Amino acid sequence: MNSTVILQQLVNGISLGSLYGLVAIGYTMVYGVIRLINFAHGDIMMVGMYFAFTGVAMMFMPWWAAFLLSMIATALLGVIIDRIAYKPLRNASRISALITAIGVSFFLENLFLVVYGGVPKAFPVPSVFGGAINIHGVIFPNIAIITPIVAMIFLGILLVLLHKTKYGMAMRALSLDMETVRIMGVNVDLIISLVFAIGSFLAALGGIFWAMRYPAINPLIGIMPGLKAFAAAVLGGIGSVAGAAVGGFIIGISEILIVALFPALAGYKDAFAFLFLIFVLLFKPTGIMGEDLERGRF
Amino acid sequence: MKRLLSSLVAVLVAVSFLASASLAKEIKVGVVWPMTGLIAAFGQSAWKGAKLAQSMEPTVKGGCKIHLILLDNKGMKVETANAVSKLITENHVKAIIGAISSSNTLAGAPIAEKNHIPMLTSSATNPLVTKGKKYISRVCFIDPFQGEVAARYIYNTLHLKKAAVMIEKDQDYSIGLAHAFMKAFKKLGGKIVAIEFFQSTDQDYSAQVADLKNKNPQIIYMPSYYQEISLFARQARQYGLNQPIMAGDGAEADALLKIGGKAVNGLTFTTHYDVHAAATPLAKKFIALFRKKYHEDPDAMAALGADAYFVLANAINKAGGCKATPDKINYWIRHTKNFKGVTGVITINPKTGNAIKSAVIRKVENGKFVYVTTVNP
Repeated sequence: MNSTVILQQLVNGISLGSLYGLVAIGYTMVYGVIRLINFAHGDIMMVGMYFAFTGVAMMFMPWWAAFLLSMIATALLGVIIDRIAYKPLRNASRISALITAIGVSFFLENLFLVVYGGVPKAFPVPSVFGGAINIHGVIFPNIAIITPIVAMIFLGILLVLLHKTKYGMAMRALSLDMETVRIMGVNVDLIISLVFAIGSFLAALGGIFWAMRYPAINPLIGIMPGLKAFAAAVLGGIGSVAGAAVGGFIIGISEILIVALFPALAGYKDAFAFLFLIFVLLFKPTGIMGEDLERGRF
Repeated sequence: MKRLLSSLVAVLVAVSFLASASLAKEIKVGVVWPMTGLIAAFGQSAWKGAKLAQSMEPTVKGGCKIHLILLDNKGMKVETANAVSKLITENHVKAIIGAISSSNTLAGAPIAEKNHIPMLTSSATNPLVTKGKKYISRVCFIDPFQGEVAARYIYNTLHLKKAAVMIEKDQDYSIGLAHAFMKAFKKLGGKIVAIEFFQSTDQDYSAQVADLKNKNPQIIYMPSYYQEISLFARQARQYGLNQPIMAGDGAEADALLKIGGKAVNGLTFTTHYDVHAAATPLAKKFIALFRKKYHEDPDAMAALGADAYFVLANAINKAGGCKATPDKINYWIRHTKNFKGVTGVITINPKTGNAIKSAVIRKVENGKFVYVTTVNP
């Protein structure tokens, strides 16, 4: 292991981590407001990939238009899923909502299996994201540079929205006490829809960047990244947006370093991400940046 | 009383089943292939081949139709075991064709073995698949041979002495083929400078690529499947790891070219047959019909899928057609001799259930698969 290799592995880890972070933010947003682990989140990420794929490869749109439309369509889908599947269960036990989320996950996976077939599709990567820069032997693929920047920009926008706008205030208030907020005359359902829209929008964004980095997409592609992002969200402290980003970086970097330092254990790297999560939770049950779970704040 | 009732029901079910079996003018054959999941391209190709083969030879001696019951195993071990159980206990099939990958076939094989139902795999190449089993056979060659062919090609033809190996830890196919290759390559005098591991669901190979760049092999041998190979190739090229890559028969799917793009140009791999080197009359007829029906050339998986069907139909005929029992079918599968199939002349060793066949080396050139050479055992 020389310094070039170590630097290279760090670059790899940061770019993978920022992908996890993007997806984890959506998990955390939804959990923070309605206390639901939306297990369909990874599949919503997959839907974002397929929408973008359809736009570029089947309708021949320019890539930026296809990506933007995909994110908007996925955000709408998130809202629709909430209205159909989760809203009727708003006052039911958490476990019912969780099981419903798993049902939604299976539904999305199988719907896309029927529509697009099971064979992996090649995701068209725009040339802007294709190349790589070589700095003293360390290779920075363009996508690996762009992803963390985009993740940081959206994290910033989200934090501003949460802390500087009326809607953000409503979201933070909802996460503390839904009933009181409703009495105050706030349209609770609208705010929750907005949360789902933001979470799904970010999942689609994460999905599109994921597909550009690993351009083979299939309807079950969202499962593993979704689980990892969930681990990242819990690790960072579920309910904390900045924590989700931090958790994503930790999972991404540790995953790459496991393979780099112990090549023989590479087959078990997924297990390490979850082992790591278990250890952190043993010592700090609320995650790294998490507040007390029952008083969730962003 | 309860007991009497349940035994009555059992008798009734048995009687009705026997009645329906004698009335039916068809022989049920189960097919377990991945129609969805990571290796779906293989299952779909094989199914195209088998369906066409069925339309060429739909009936057996005595006028019974062969009825294929297809179950999707999603490329997963558990699903394969469930599918094999279901076909035997619920559909009462006389024989099973499947699965595609070695690890899946290994998961289903013990169930077929226990129930004495012959299982014929079109493309599971790992030697363990048939080892110690009486009812499991295959129409393809085995990995010790395939690995040796690759080692000889790299050492003797390309004159490269330092190889790295990428092993997919959860695929028996990948582990078996990698070890066969390494053994043969070392015997020839070559050196293995790096062994990297990964697993099926992996999409990120940047850590392995960085390590390989550091160890600097002359060629990378990656016995895996098309999606993993194409993603690895893309990342390798992106990070400036430009050494040639060689793979096994798991590379051959149209999806490899689509996903891999320019990155898989120059990739070589061992496989079962080449459409331009097809020699038997059945192969020529099959290829012509395949082109007419699907407007494309049949790949190795389609040809092997067809061969599994033809070899099985041939065995059912010899076993008495309509009156064939699973045991007799199994005997005749195992005694397949000089059968002129689509992928060449097939002879199955009655003791081992393995086919002895030649291998073909193909290459990716300008986004197409081209023929390089044929290697006889």
